Amino acid sequence: MLLRDIAHSRTGDKGNISNISVIAKSEKYWPLIVKEITEEVVADHFENLILGDVVRFILPNIQSLNFVLFQSLGGGVTQSLALDAHGKCFSSVILEIEIFNEDLINKD
Amino acid sequence: MNVLNHRILRIGTGAGFSGDRIEPAVELCEKGDIDYLVFECLAERTIALAQLEKLSNPNGGYDKLLEQRMVAVLPICYKKNIKIITNMGAANPLAASKKVQEVARSLGIHGLKIATIMGDDVADKIDKKNCLLDTTQASISDLGDKFISANAYIGVESIVDALAQNADVIITGRASDPSMFLAPQIYEFGWAMDDWVKLGRGTIIGHMLECAGQVTGGYFSDPGQKEVPNLAELGFPLAEIDFEGNAVITKVEGSGGIVSEATCKEQLLYEIHDPKSYLQPDVIADFSNVIIERVGENRVAITGGSGYARTDKLKVSIGYDDSWVGEGQISYAGLGCVERGKQAIKIIEKRISLTEINCTETRGDLIGMNAILGEHGNNFANPYEIRVRFAARCPDKFNAERICQEVESLYLNGPSGGGGVVTSFKKIIAVASTLIPKQLVDTNVKILES
Repeated sequence: MLLRDIAHSRTGDKGNISNISVIAKSEKYWPLIVKEITEEVVADHFENLILGDVVRFILPNIQSLNFVLFQSLGGGVTQSLALDAHGKCFSSVILEIEIFNEDLINKD
Repeated sequence: MNVLNHRILRIGTGAGFSGDRIEPAVELCEKGDIDYLVFECLAERTIALAQLEKLSNPNGGYDKLLEQRMVAVLPICYKKNIKIITNMGAANPLAASKKVQEVARSLGIHGLKIATIMGDDVADKIDKKNCLLDTTQASISDLGDKFISANAYIGVESIVDALAQNADVIITGRASDPSMFLAPQIYEFGWAMDDWVKLGRGTIIGHMLECAGQVTGGYFSDPGQKEVPNLAELGFPLAEIDFEGNAVITKVEGSGGIVSEATCKEQLLYEIHDPKSYLQPDVIADFSNVIIERVGENRVAITGGSGYARTDKLKVSIGYDDSWVGEGQISYAGLGCVERGKQAIKIIEKRISLTEINCTETRGDLIGMNAILGEHGNNFANPYEIRVRFAARCPDKFNAERICQEVESLYLNGPSGGGGVVTSFKKIIAVASTLIPKQLVDTNVKILES
């Protein structure tokens, strides 16, 4: 199972910092998302794309995570040599994370 | 002051960036029953570019679509008494106001009050020796003659003043985006300037609205996963706000797009870091306990926001002349295209050192393969065609153009079957941020009449 099956995402940029939301498609996926999509998993998944830290914020009311990726945009949109200087495509990348503990999905 | 204790205030978004579509703004005026129309048109870098334009033309330096937008909405806004608030003034809000005055007169609209908010330009006030850039930690004075502009993100105060002076159109420079939406809420509901909870809520509503179509289904669709009807006629959002700062986000009935819990959640988290602490000139907004709830078709309630006392600092955008970038692209197709693309990149890299092109950073991409995500991911199946993109940062235009020439030379001197060269070079105006004491910034209102 991929994160894309149970969550959606949007990317934003401020300076050289990218933020990526991970939003549960349904409440029943929320515990699994909180457990599986950690700072370490995201940092590993983005490997060579980011130079700085990854910080996760949890918003239980809206069953969402917000990841902040420091030094991740080649200097930021005003300077970067990248084709996607905003890092708009990162939301599609995070949704490719594989989920293994499907038994954590709330059945009721 | 006009206190609407039991009325609902209706604010619509007319644009979420400088190049945004114009018809949705007209649609909101015609069918949205709105009290205010806000155009958010100023990105981080836009103001530095506008400052450069103002240097070459003292009457320029404001939004390119200002005139077109005003021609489209002024007659109906005047007729229906819809107030307009916008940061389309960019580097030259006074020139923008004069243009609005001229447009109004040419449309036969007389007595329109146009307020200009001045004071965000702090280039002459800022302590250049002691203000450090967030990116390099260098001081602004280290930039020397590369320094272009310094604009503070100003808050609601002068916008509220302008509303109290019965302005019909309010033109700002670098006002903070949510402040343009917060100001009419403060004015209409009579909120105190230190009612942090309400200011926090009003800021959150502003944040939901400021990117226009991004909350009504734009930047959202993913066919098969997240469906959005009729993006070609995407409706822009409006908020119905009560005096406690609770809101329903919706759009004009029959317009394209969708307002759902999912679109609202994505927008709530767009471009924010710590949800408990969204730093604004007016308040520190707290998003962490916001509740997002569907209350009807294309109607979503936003409640539970909060806020804390603002800091005594303002963020300032510093624009400076950074470098030049030269870039060229060429395509290869069919068998072996990836190998030929890689060879092309190697040739250019070698040519840069052989011919001593002065550049400080280079990047070779194979579009369709690794241009966006580098060597990330597992999908390296050979594509049927590939586009090489080579970009380099150079200290001047001359060297940037030499990069372009090297890519074009691949036609005759590179791998077989290269076609479709496109090259471009551009000056890079970079933007960094710094903080200054709030009391250094003194904003004021100037009113013109058509």
